[in-house]
Amino acid sequence: MDRVRTIFKKPFLLGLLGLILALLATLPFYAPPYTPILLIGILMYIIITVSWVIFSGPTGYISLASAAFFGVGIYTSAILGKVLPLPIVVGIGGLLSFCLALLVGAITLRLRGIYFAIFTFGLVVLIKELLLYWEINITHTRGRFVVLESNNTIYYVLLIIFVLTMLTAYFIRRSKFGLALQSIGENEEAAAHMGVNVTMVKVITFAISAIFAGAAGAIMATRWTYIDPYVAFNPLLSFMPVLMAIFGGMGQLYGPIIGATIFAFLQEELTTKFPFYYMLIFGIVLVVTILFLPNGLVGLIPKLWRRSSGGQRANT
Amino acid sequence: MIVRILNVVIDGLLMGGIYALIAMGLSLQYGVARVFNISHGEFIMLGAFATWLLYTAFGINPLVSLAIVGPIVFIIGFLLHRTLFTSLRIRSASPAAYEGSSLLASFGLLFIIQYIALAIWGNALKGYTYLSVPVNIGGALFAANRMVTLAFAVGIGLVFYFFLARTHLGKAIRAAAQDPATAGLMGVNINLVLALCFGFGALMAGIAGSLLSMCFPVYATMGLQYTIIAIVVVVLGGLGSIPGSFLGGFIIGLIGSAMSYWQPGLAVAAYYLLFIILLLVRPAGILGKK
Repeated sequence: MDRVRTIFKKPFLLGLLGLILALLATLPFYAPPYTPILLIGILMYIIITVSWVIFSGPTGYISLASAAFFGVGIYTSAILGKVLPLPIVVGIGGLLSFCLALLVGAITLRLRGIYFAIFTFGLVVLIKELLLYWEINITHTRGRFVVLESNNTIYYVLLIIFVLTMLTAYFIRRSKFGLALQSIGENEEAAAHMGVNVTMVKVITFAISAIFAGAAGAIMATRWTYIDPYVAFNPLLSFMPVLMAIFGGMGQLYGPIIGATIFAFLQEELTTKFPFYYMLIFGIVLVVTILFLPNGLVGLIPKLWRRSSGGQRANT
Repeated sequence: MIVRILNVVIDGLLMGGIYALIAMGLSLQYGVARVFNISHGEFIMLGAFATWLLYTAFGINPLVSLAIVGPIVFIIGFLLHRTLFTSLRIRSASPAAYEGSSLLASFGLLFIIQYIALAIWGNALKGYTYLSVPVNIGGALFAANRMVTLAFAVGIGLVFYFFLARTHLGKAIRAAAQDPATAGLMGVNINLVLALCFGFGALMAGIAGSLLSMCFPVYATMGLQYTIIAIVVVVLGGLGSIPGSFLGGFIIGLIGSAMSYWQPGLAVAAYYLLFIILLLVRPAGILGKK
């Protein structure tokens, strides 16, 4: 566990994190009421993005299932929100996403690379189509109403999920498990020969990462009064985390946070005014990032650092 | 009863021709050029809009438009590969890394093309009528324009098959499909061949879009559904197998037509179930080699 101890040896970093967390936790008491609403959107994207990075970052498997996990959370909330208290509903949302991811992981074990991406994307559309069929032909109701929660409640629940997501991401990264994931990403066959239980590691990590997207979906559903399969299983939510993570950079844990914050903020500001142009910008940034910033914004920092210090620190 | 079955079968074959064309295009782009082009359907949309525009604004016959739209879409695809995908390919550490990054880049292209179209044309349905006289086939009625689309789809498929099988360039493409590195060593200009394949893929999508616009409404978000079908067909037929894609197109057309007749709400779900089962049972496809 000495890897884990390293962070506690840095009192400055720990203090800074504590301060940011304290500021975020007390925010609704002093900030204008619009701020928590903006932060709800940003936190939601950070959670989904980091949850995506936990599995896809080290392994290199491009998962497009985020929307499916998020949607499962939304539907859990829509169905159980009226009968069960909120924390339990959020927990069940996470648990059901975990189960779905376990199932998907077990089926897609044999698929590599591109097929995994297509399969997971297909999952989102398949669930959406089946739900639509169910609602139109069997229950004869299109969509559902969700019990509303106050913005502050949503904000605090998201903040708790955010902290749990970051802690999980941090500890997975720093553990033997994370090392195994990294080795799978570099060379899966070699990892298997080194004694890594490739299948188990992949499925468990994928399932754990899904919990957070599901829990986020369960709480976010209470912000929208009405949901239907189109809202809940919007494929865009599968692409957003990928772009945000790549744009921010996956080399450091704060990379996805930066990427998600920038895009969530842009989305809040631009979608209502210029819906078409926002998505156009989204596409252009995606292509430009892949072409010119393969390591994301975070990857730029060491480059700039080296340039500004004139190579003197290159040896240290 | 027989008329009903005839209806389903003929409708399946008519759709199948278009699917075959679209899937052959994707098969060239993924099977040879190694770009899993999720924006494939957007080229269909571009072809459809171009044909609609030429017909309504300049009164150009849609069949004549094929000869205009095809080369334009081909050039767009060719240039995209020469610039975007070639530089990605050169930078990628491994073929697997290239597949991942080109997939994501094509997602970007999807949004760029689709939202440019939305910004220009909005999201309303557009359309025109051309050759919509009914044709009677054994009691089943079909519009003449759909017969024309099938004839063109089959014709283009056959021409391309013979191009691959008989010409020098076709041989180079087949060599590049088997092993790009070795083909390069044998004197094949690999970057040119891959770009040509990507261009041909776009060309087939564009022509399919032109043909579709004669029978169905045109709208900016029409592309993705055809991309999804093309993916299923390509997996069904076997990656990189042109005859497989051609055959697979008709199979999916028939399945889709039967599903639409029996349970219209489940057609897309049926494609996906088929896709999932295929991936698990026979990932090499019906005509693919292991």
